[in-house]
Formats: sequence, C-alpha cells, structure tokens
Amino acid sequence: MAASDVKLLGGWASPFVIRPRIALNLKNIDYEFLEEPLGTKSELLLKSNPVYKKIPVMIHNDKPICESLIIVQYIDEAFTSGPSILPSDPYDRSVARFWGAYIDDKWFSSLLATLKAKTEEEKKTAIEGVSTGIELLEEAFEKISKGKDFFGGDTVGYIDIALGANLAWVRVVEKLNGVELLDETKTPNLYAWSEKFCSVPAVKDLIPETDKLLEFAKTLIAKWSAAPQ
Amino acid sequence: MSKDEVILLDFWVSPFALRAKIALAEKGVEFEARQEDLLGEKSELLLKSNPIYKKVPVLVHNGKAVNESTIIVSYIEDTWPTPSLLPPCAYGRATARFWADYVDKKLFDGGSKIWRSKGEEVEVAKKEFIEILKVLEGALGEKEYFGGDSFGFVDILAIPITAWFYAYEQYGNFKVEDESPKISAWIKKCLERESVASGYPEPTKVYEFVGLLRKVIGLE
Repeated sequence: MAASDVKLLGGWASPFVIRPRIALNLKNIDYEFLEEPLGTKSELLLKSNPVYKKIPVMIHNDKPICESLIIVQYIDEAFTSGPSILPSDPYDRSVARFWGAYIDDKWFSSLLATLKAKTEEEKKTAIEGVSTGIELLEEAFEKISKGKDFFGGDTVGYIDIALGANLAWVRVVEKLNGVELLDETKTPNLYAWSEKFCSVPAVKDLIPETDKLLEFAKTLIAKWSAAPQ
Repeated sequence: MSKDEVILLDFWVSPFALRAKIALAEKGVEFEARQEDLLGEKSELLLKSNPIYKKVPVLVHNGKAVNESTIIVSYIEDTWPTPSLLPPCAYGRATARFWADYVDKKLFDGGSKIWRSKGEEVEVAKKEFIEILKVLEGALGEKEYFGGDSFGFVDILAIPITAWFYAYEQYGNFKVEDESPKISAWIKKCLERESVASGYPEPTKVYEFVGLLRKVIGLE
C-alpha cells in the first residue's frame, strides 16, 4: 500500500494519536505522518474534522476518519494484513469495547485532572481516580488475558492499544507526583504487561521517552495555569 | 440448539434501555425486560452484572452480562447479524460509529443542561442544544435515516432521546419543529416503526419524570 494512500494527522505526545499509529504498524501499513504543531490547527485538520477540530484524523484515499478508537476499529476492518485487533467473539468484543470506553470516559479524565489540578486536594482525588482505574484494569487483565501476555492474548489487541498508548503519560504523572501507579507488587500483571507492551516492535518507537514528555508536560501545565480556564 | 435466554435490565423512561429494546426488536429476538426501580433499590442482578456503573441497561445473554447501551447495540449487531444495522463497508461503519459517538457525547447531556439550569443559563443551554441539532441535521443531510435508506445504528441510538425533547422544549421554551424541521421529520418517520413505537415513553410522562428529577436536585 502506497504511503500516500494513508495519512495520519497528529502529534508525537498525544496518546490518542499513538493508538492508530500502533494499529497501522500492527497491520504493516505505511502512512504519511503529518505533525500538527501544538497550538495550531492546519487547514487540512479543520477540513477533515470540522466537528471536533482535533487530532488524530486518519485520511484514507482522501476520506477522513476521526476519534482514535473509531480509527483503530476502522484500521482493523479495512486492512486484513496482520493480526486482528478486536476479538472475533461478540461477547469478547463487547468486553474490549467496554474497557476502551472506560479508559476514555472515566480513567483518562482522572489522569488529565492530576495535571490540571489547582489544589492539593484536587490532585489527591485525581490520583486516587487513576489508581482505582488501574486496580480495576489489573483485575480485568487477569480475566481477559487468560494467562497470556496481552489483553488481546498472544498479540496486542484493542484494550492493549487503548490503555498502552497512555503509558508514557502514566510515567510522567508518577514522576511529577512521586507516586507509583504501576507497581510490581500491587499491580504485578499490569507492571509486567507494560514492559512487554513497550517492547513490541509495532509499539516501541511510538512511546515517548518519559523525560522528554515530562518537559513537554511542564510547558503544558504552565500554559494551563496562565490561561483562564 | 437450546433457546437463548435474553434478559434486559430496564427502566421505562431510560432512553439508553430503549436503544437495546429497539435493536432486539429489529432483529426479532425474544427477550425478557425486567424493570429496575432506579429511584429505589437496585436489584442484585444489576449490581452483580454492572458493578462499575450500576446502571441500566444491562443485557444478560445466556448468563453473560453486557453493559453500556452503545456497546449492547453493537453486541446485538454482532450476535444476530440480520437484518444488519451497520453498512457493509469499513468506511460506512466508521462514519456510523462517529455519529453514534457524537450522539452519545452531546445529545442527552445537551438536553439535560436545559432542565438542570436556572436563570440565564437556560437560554445558553437551549442555544447549545439547537446547535447540536443543527450538526445532526448536517449528518442526516437529504437521507431518510442516518443509516441512509434503512433504519440503522445511529437512528437506534438517537431516537430514544427524542422522547425527552418535549421536556427540553417546555423548560427551554422552544420547539424542535421550528428550529430543526429535518430532525422533526426524521423523528416522525422513526416513530412509524413498531420497534420504536412499542417502547417509546409518552413525552408528557417523561416531562413529569423530569419534574421529579428537578425536585430531587432542588430546582423545584
């Protein structure tokens, strides 16, 4: 597949952008990565995602697809190369979708809240929210992985991508707050999973270096506290 | 093959539970709807099947619980593939999922803001809601349904919320028919379907229910 058939608009730091990039790598699809610099929105972005004006946007044969997990499902259905990302069994698919939605609707907002918190109280509540989510996901991993390396079994799947794309940010939140969210003793499954996930060839180069992301996080936090919310 | 056991944990006014009922009816699947009293105590089955959110709907199919209405409708589509609710091509499906997600993020919460607000906020909420309807009109375009010629995924997810439109109109002092004639026409078209009409609550009863909710949150 020619690289120009597939374009991805995004940024290096966004976990939402990392998700479709992992999926495209898993399917061995070449694509053109169009980096949107922070604070600007290109004409192409505004034209391709008029409803939300956000990254990521995948453009396949000039047709835009928006929303990271919808893009991941699209990639799974449009390209038959590589392993399946969603399970084939309807019940297992519903479980995968459930956790994808939980990660986005509940857990991510806690993660973001740790960075945007204005008081120590707010920060503490947010960190607890992140920890609670991780505990639930630790339990879920046991049931869903059935003893294998990933939520998806032998290969990286939907929940792995949905959660794993956030790993660098989890490490940033750990460093900023002096806490351990993924802990070898408290969350042994996810701890082991995170190492394996980050070593997968399709994933390896996409997870930002923690220190680089930490610097980026600091500039974002400064920006948020300066601007009226 | 032994008969499927399909139970839906339901609440009469819940638009989210109605989504599941419509999808099951469209597929011709027999099911048992069990009413939960959401203003009272929740059943053991509900608390066991949906421990994280403790909400309806929950679909229990041969003992396995599926949560979250949009995910339930996707599950129904995957399990009973005909007649299909999603288009066959990947791009059509991605588009349907995008609009389903937009409806999920915006429509019910946008409407709720109207009756949950007071003073000047009501007008602001109303204007935002009308904007949402305009975006949906754009998505509908000249098509009969969001799904095109056939009633489908996005239609099923959106139509139940329209039972709450009368309540939004009363509290926001506007009419959907005036602000969004295309959406109004689409609602009428969907209500011609037995699968929709049979579970669709009376809008005046929904309005009464909203009055109750307003008392609970101290607005009345």
